[in-house]
Amino acid sequence: MNRKEDLSLSVAMPLDSAREGQWVRIVSIDGGRGLVTRLLAMGLLPGTPVLVMRNRGRGPCLLAVRNSRIAIGRGMAHKIRVV
Amino acid sequence: MSEQTGGPPPTYTVALAGNPNAGKSTIFNNLTGARQKVANYPGTTVETREGICRYDKAVLRVVDLPGTYGLTPFSVEEIIARNFILDEQPDVVVDVVDASNLERNLYLTTQLIELGRPLVIAFNMSDIAAAQGLKVDLRRLSELLGAPIVQTVGHRNEGTDALLKAIVETARRQDRYEPRKVTFGNEIEEEIARLSQLVADRKVLPGHCRPRWAAIKLLEGDADFLARISSPDVIQAAERSRRHLRNVFGDAPEIVIAERRYGFISGACQQALQSTVELRHTVSDKIDEVLTHPLLGLPIFLVLMAAVFGLVFALGDPLAALVERFFDNAAILLTRILPAGRLQSLMVDGLLRGVGGVIVFVPNVALLFLAIAILEDSGYMARAAFILDRLMQRIGLHGKSFIPMVLGFGCSVPAIMATRILEHRRDRLTTMLVLPLMSCSARLPVYVLLAGAFFPESPGRAVLAVYLLGIALAVAMARVFRSTLFRGEATPLVMELPPYRAPTLRGALIHTWDRTKMFLRKAGTVILALALVMWALSTFPTAPDLEADYKARMADAKAAGRGDEVAALSRQLAREKLERSYAGRLGHVLAPILRPVGLGDWKVATALVAGFGAKEIVISTLGTLYSLGSESGNEALREALVADTHFNPLVAFTLMVFVLTYVPCVATVVAVGRETGSLRWPLFLIGYTTVLAWATSFAVYQGGRLLGLG
Repeated sequence: MNRKEDLSLSVAMPLDSAREGQWVRIVSIDGGRGLVTRLLAMGLLPGTPVLVMRNRGRGPCLLAVRNSRIAIGRGMAHKIRVV
Repeated sequence: MSEQTGGPPPTYTVALAGNPNAGKSTIFNNLTGARQKVANYPGTTVETREGICRYDKAVLRVVDLPGTYGLTPFSVEEIIARNFILDEQPDVVVDVVDASNLERNLYLTTQLIELGRPLVIAFNMSDIAAAQGLKVDLRRLSELLGAPIVQTVGHRNEGTDALLKAIVETARRQDRYEPRKVTFGNEIEEEIARLSQLVADRKVLPGHCRPRWAAIKLLEGDADFLARISSPDVIQAAERSRRHLRNVFGDAPEIVIAERRYGFISGACQQALQSTVELRHTVSDKIDEVLTHPLLGLPIFLVLMAAVFGLVFALGDPLAALVERFFDNAAILLTRILPAGRLQSLMVDGLLRGVGGVIVFVPNVALLFLAIAILEDSGYMARAAFILDRLMQRIGLHGKSFIPMVLGFGCSVPAIMATRILEHRRDRLTTMLVLPLMSCSARLPVYVLLAGAFFPESPGRAVLAVYLLGIALAVAMARVFRSTLFRGEATPLVMELPPYRAPTLRGALIHTWDRTKMFLRKAGTVILALALVMWALSTFPTAPDLEADYKARMADAKAAGRGDEVAALSRQLAREKLERSYAGRLGHVLAPILRPVGLGDWKVATALVAGFGAKEIVISTLGTLYSLGSESGNEALREALVADTHFNPLVAFTLMVFVLTYVPCVATVVAVGRETGSLRWPLFLIGYTTVLAWATSFAVYQGGRLLGLG
């Protein structure tokens, strides 16, 4: 039973296309191993609710995650899929 | 480490761990006071601090580990923190936890529990958390985590005594310490049991590593740890287990393991927390609406940068001028006291100028460190990186690189030190290598003199052109380095923006003092030594015959009452001495190499050699070589240069470009050596700037001649 298939990926979108002010939930992260573990340690893992605070132009995104504010580069945000 | 009666007090090693921005360094300052030393981990650029304190007949050696979110090897900091605990087996690990962001901070705690060293938790910023309505049953939480918890308020120095007490008690009872077990559920626990049995049987574990911890790392596929395991059996078994778990969960084992850790944390929090907070960012978010605004963010950043620049240079330069005047007066005094000759020259031109040349940097460097401490402690540094990320990514640099680059316009030495704010070695090295192309203030007098002499109508335009050329070259070289030496994608930005906080004066001053001390001790000594070498180069070999000859002629002239002639002879002697010195000979050797770029005059070449000591020396050396005394000033030199047929506006501009790009001064090269902890990068810096200077000047000079400007 594959968990990623549970949360139908058809509705998931990359984090960088979420609207500002939108609450989303992380479905999957596919980055390099090192980066994934850093994101995990910072509290971003599948299932985590995330508020998109800034996401405009081509700069980095600003997220509210578990009571902290985290900035991630646009390239990285593209690899995080959310619903 | 058991306690003996009557013997010397026991020394316990205490490692301080915690998330970045959890208030770790404030706790460290509270524990150790100002008695601390800063050190760089060998071979890295990560700064660590260590201090000693005493409590209840015990001596504590407190080591401040780099701030980390976890102990998986994503960054150098994490590897250093982990290896310190693994290899040095500290008697106690203190985990500084930001109480107002509990769940995320406890993630590191779970990993520290897994490592198995006796743990004490400092529940920091408990005042903010309490004010926001956080109610925690600390006794319950302490039971669940298996470690004593002490409430602290770092910036008000509260709870320090209680923390020391808990540390010493835990250290004394360490033999009986049994860490809590963070469990991961049946499937994973089965694999852990299998692997820990295997590693225990094979005896492949390095040092004091616990088998359970090793098994978890193997399942996580931790590359740094795998490299330490020599047994192929173990590696294969780990690979099998990982595949099995991936099939079971449909996700990478490290993700599932992280989820289980968070599960353990939220379980603990549900039992111990009576309420949660979700308020702490309200003020911070308001501020960020302005400071990270898509349109306002950049202008505000530039204003703040101007303020930093003003603090470091507008305030620092007058102080530096005072230092300089002090050393000038000391030189005059020494010249009067000591008899003229080699000793006087060594003391005044060698030693005194060398020491002065180091101390003169202190005002700028100290103020820079103060500015950085304020930017970092307030939380603004992270915002600056956020705002500039896009711009700098295009060049292949990190958002934070902007700050050292701007400081480079003042002085490259503090700017090189400012690259410490960059976390990744690749970013840091690239920034360091291109930074000297931002034209520093020591080069300005050279430009002003040449532009004033050869572009009398628009000297400002010529100077501006050189500055812009420097920026363009820095951007170009950054791109070149990123696509050759430091290949790979630009480091993606993943960074917490901590809540804004008023920086404490004490904390900022301690930072400033520590780092300035390190600059003096580490860079200062080498800069002094090289200044002495530069002195020797322009003094030796001596020419006694020449001197005797001139002395006789000067005595004749004096006897005849021709004062002018005496002065002229003395200036001519200085010039001839310099021409015969190693520096002068080097100038003669280098002149032909510089001919294609229009600088094939031995006088210019010699001045450039001397300029390696400090760029502004180029002028005074030219003055000596044109037989002008130091008292005749720049006006005389300007006239002499214009009168020299070798010079014309094109040659002068090429010389400006050459001074901009060629080998940075000794102090900068030494700073790069110190900061990178190697000889390779300073040598590379010398090499590439030499080539770049020649190539750029060639293009400017020959291009100018083709256009008929020569």
